Amino acid sequence: MVSALRRAVERVRALFRASTLDRELEDELLTHASLLVEENLRRGMSAAEAERSARRALGSPLRIAEDHRETRGVPFVDALRQDLRYACRTLRRDLGFTTFAVLIVALGIGASLTVFTLINALLLRPLPFGHPEQLVWIANGGAEGDLSGQTVPVHPFLDLRSRTRSLSEVAAFFAFYGSGDRKMTGEGEAERLTAVPVSQGFFPLLGVRPRLGRVFTNEECDQNRAVALLSANFWARRFASDPGVVGRKVTLDGKPYTVLGVLPPSFDFGSVFAPGRRIDLFLPLPLTDEVNSMGNTLSIVGRMRPGVSVRQVRSELGALGPPIAAHHGRDGLTFVATALREHVSGRLRPALLLLVGAAGVVLLIVCANLSNLQLSRAASQQKELALRTALGAGRGRLVRQMLTESLLLSFGAALLGVALAAAGTRLLSRMDAIVLPLREGVQLDFRAVGVAVILAVATGLALGLASAFRVPDRSVQDTLKEGGRGSREGRRSQGLRSALVVAEVTFACVLLVCAGLLLRSLVRVLRVDLGFRPEQAMALRMDVGSAPTRAQNNARLNEILRVVGELPGVEAAGLTDALPLGSNRSWSAGAKGQSYSMQDPPPDVFVRIVSEGYLRAMGIPLRSGRDLTSRDDATSRPVMLVNETLARALWPGQDAVGQTAIHVDVDREVVGVVADVRHLAPDQGSGNEMYLPIRQTGDYSSIDLVLKTAQSPAVLGRSLREALRTLEPNLPQNGVRTLETIVDRAVSPRRFLVMVLTGFSAFALLLASLGIYAVISYSVRQRSHEIGLRMALGASAAGVERQIVLHSLRLAAFGMLIGGLASWALSRTLSGFLFGVSPTDPATFAAMLGILGIVAGVAGYLPARQASRIDPLTALRAD
Amino acid sequence: MDEKKSAILQGTLDLMVLKNLDAMGPLHGYGIARRIEQISDDALLVNQGTIYLCLVRLMQKGWITAEWGTSENNRKARFYSISKSGRQQLLAETKNWERVAGVMSKLLRLGEEGS
Repeated sequence: MVSALRRAVERVRALFRASTLDRELEDELLTHASLLVEENLRRGMSAAEAERSARRALGSPLRIAEDHRETRGVPFVDALRQDLRYACRTLRRDLGFTTFAVLIVALGIGASLTVFTLINALLLRPLPFGHPEQLVWIANGGAEGDLSGQTVPVHPFLDLRSRTRSLSEVAAFFAFYGSGDRKMTGEGEAERLTAVPVSQGFFPLLGVRPRLGRVFTNEECDQNRAVALLSANFWARRFASDPGVVGRKVTLDGKPYTVLGVLPPSFDFGSVFAPGRRIDLFLPLPLTDEVNSMGNTLSIVGRMRPGVSVRQVRSELGALGPPIAAHHGRDGLTFVATALREHVSGRLRPALLLLVGAAGVVLLIVCANLSNLQLSRAASQQKELALRTALGAGRGRLVRQMLTESLLLSFGAALLGVALAAAGTRLLSRMDAIVLPLREGVQLDFRAVGVAVILAVATGLALGLASAFRVPDRSVQDTLKEGGRGSREGRRSQGLRSALVVAEVTFACVLLVCAGLLLRSLVRVLRVDLGFRPEQAMALRMDVGSAPTRAQNNARLNEILRVVGELPGVEAAGLTDALPLGSNRSWSAGAKGQSYSMQDPPPDVFVRIVSEGYLRAMGIPLRSGRDLTSRDDATSRPVMLVNETLARALWPGQDAVGQTAIHVDVDREVVGVVADVRHLAPDQGSGNEMYLPIRQTGDYSSIDLVLKTAQSPAVLGRSLREALRTLEPNLPQNGVRTLETIVDRAVSPRRFLVMVLTGFSAFALLLASLGIYAVISYSVRQRSHEIGLRMALGASAAGVERQIVLHSLRLAAFGMLIGGLASWALSRTLSGFLFGVSPTDPATFAAMLGILGIVAGVAGYLPARQASRIDPLTALRAD
Repeated sequence: MDEKKSAILQGTLDLMVLKNLDAMGPLHGYGIARRIEQISDDALLVNQGTIYLCLVRLMQKGWITAEWGTSENNRKARFYSISKSGRQQLLAETKNWERVAGVMSKLLRLGEEGS
């Protein structure tokens, strides 16, 4: 017992004295050998014979040393340390290979990790709320597309709240808050802020506790008190995280609000409910008749009772919807519940899965490429391995050594890959041009590092085992005798390498086609006729105006338009309440004289409230009739413009100009027809649109001034501030936006997908071409004798070149054939991402296959040139 | 080298080394190997190098000690001698061995009679 314990301690000690112990053993063995030799000599052997016999009697010193280490130390640790040392040595010796391998594996792992991080943030990590799995999003399922169709009026919401049994809490926020709707004045620079009105119980429902102060009481919500909560972001930015802010007053739109509290940094309303928007403040939302009269305005969240499933909520709300709708006379109102997580990021799932697939393919290509390199290394290592086997190294030991080497490699690469992914995700979470929900969560965490480790182990094992099969288990002489060329083994490995290259080309082909189709779609989207010209259009958020009468308000608008119109460099100016690609609302409107019923209701029409000059500033073509003028005001006959779609819908086959439309009992004469504008998204059709003169209605909650000018936003901003000083004394500096940035943001998810996929496929293409190059140049080297012979027999350099290029093209053609067929089969699944391009678009296929072919040709040409320069004499003599 | 053979004979080899050191006083590896070879007619040691594995094992258990010295041909050599706990172990192992050997020979004889 004592001795066993003692031995265990000694074994561990031996690990730390390895080199001393090794040296001592060597001394002992040397003495032992010399004694054996002397003995043999005494017995009358010749010197050589004595040596040989002694060596036989003692056994292989290498083997003994290894067994000795195993006996005296902790075999696993000791062997590992030795393997590591050996692996480091080999890797250092093949520095070129090591660098290349580490780089491509790092890129592969980096790409996969970045994609994983996205998935982690968007699909895996729980939403930043208390018990987020219980939260549901409740939308009006009555209509599609615009915000009006997805929101619910106040009274039905109250009914829902009192009747539901499956939900323990229900709360809402006002969906039609606009970015920069509120203006803060007072201390410091005036600033446009975004404030979200929320109903009572909104924060407790989400499980959000304020960081400072308290949230709204029910009374404060009901009575619409002038109180506000600050987002952590705004608090830090504007108040330098001053803890004394609670109880202070801030002036919004000229009215003082008391700051009740500050929300925690973990609660980011924008990232969950309004990706890409920065929310500064929260205000109480009174659930009053007045708000009810505004129609569909509420976005609803609910918390399920414990043990209730989303499906149960769905069926309960489905049943509650029709009677509530009927009771309030809201045709078509239904309640549709989805898990909040699904609402937030479910839409992105297909795109993310596409990215996962692409990253996986990239990783496969990386592995194929590395295996290929490893194979050619193994071929050159074959003799060394055989020698080591002959010297007494066990087969298992050699396999372990190769595994150690490849694992060391892949872990080094994983380290670099994690760094790359960290940089990539940082870039992603900072890029303002990309509108992603939960973007702040896009960062590496322990889970991502875990994935990196798994990837590293998988790559390392795959590689190590691939080369471990190359460890000779045949008799030593065979391997040592086997020349480098022409052997059966050589052929088989050449076949395997060719297969790997074909696989690489196949994968690269699939990626290229996917990226090509998406790229073409993006180009189509960018070229789409939006119906307006964003190139020289700028927008600036203005005060809505708070004059008591419409006439006074109109006078202010007149003045603004006059002043701005006189600015140098401004070609056109107009006002609107709804910029394209922002939020939308719709009202129903019908043709006068047409009878509508429940079964055949008047169409829902998107509303834009605009002034004269808006069409010209935006570059929206007027198809017939006239533009609005400043004389279309409160005192004149109600008029409107319609877009072509609405004109066709209401008066098919007739001229819409001169017709009368009814909207909420007001007859409006159609004075002009304008082109369709893609308001929802660049890749979505327009729908019905009507333009009402701003001076004839007060029903707008925000105004944007739109200008057509060639000036830069900064220059324009300065001159506008100057010109409007008296009319808008507190015009914020951050106000001017170009319409181009608005369009850019709208296409950013698509652009992002294209960017990533293009990057992936470029990497894949590079790897595939390197694979071709490696295989062809290896085969040229192997066959240099044969090539030399053929040239000696009269083959021309050009002929040799042609033959080798053809060889590489043949490999590529195989891959392109399989890859093309695979893409053909797979591209159908892409159809959801495509716009204006069919999944089997021949031009894309042709272009991508063409690129692959050219790259393959170049990759094959370089070694072909080398081959054609082979000097027959040298090649033949080299044998 | 044949792993099974060494596993079976490991204990035997240990015992023989201890016995040799007990009987002969300090010996170096070569000396021990020669003795064992002579006694066992090469049945135990495939390679003489194997003796060093046995020696390091016994050292680690504290049953033998080693001292550096000079060999007959004036080279650095390590001389091993048995320690006190090694003697105790030798005694115990010898008894054990005799018991097992007795049982085994009885058993084998039984088999002969039965057939």
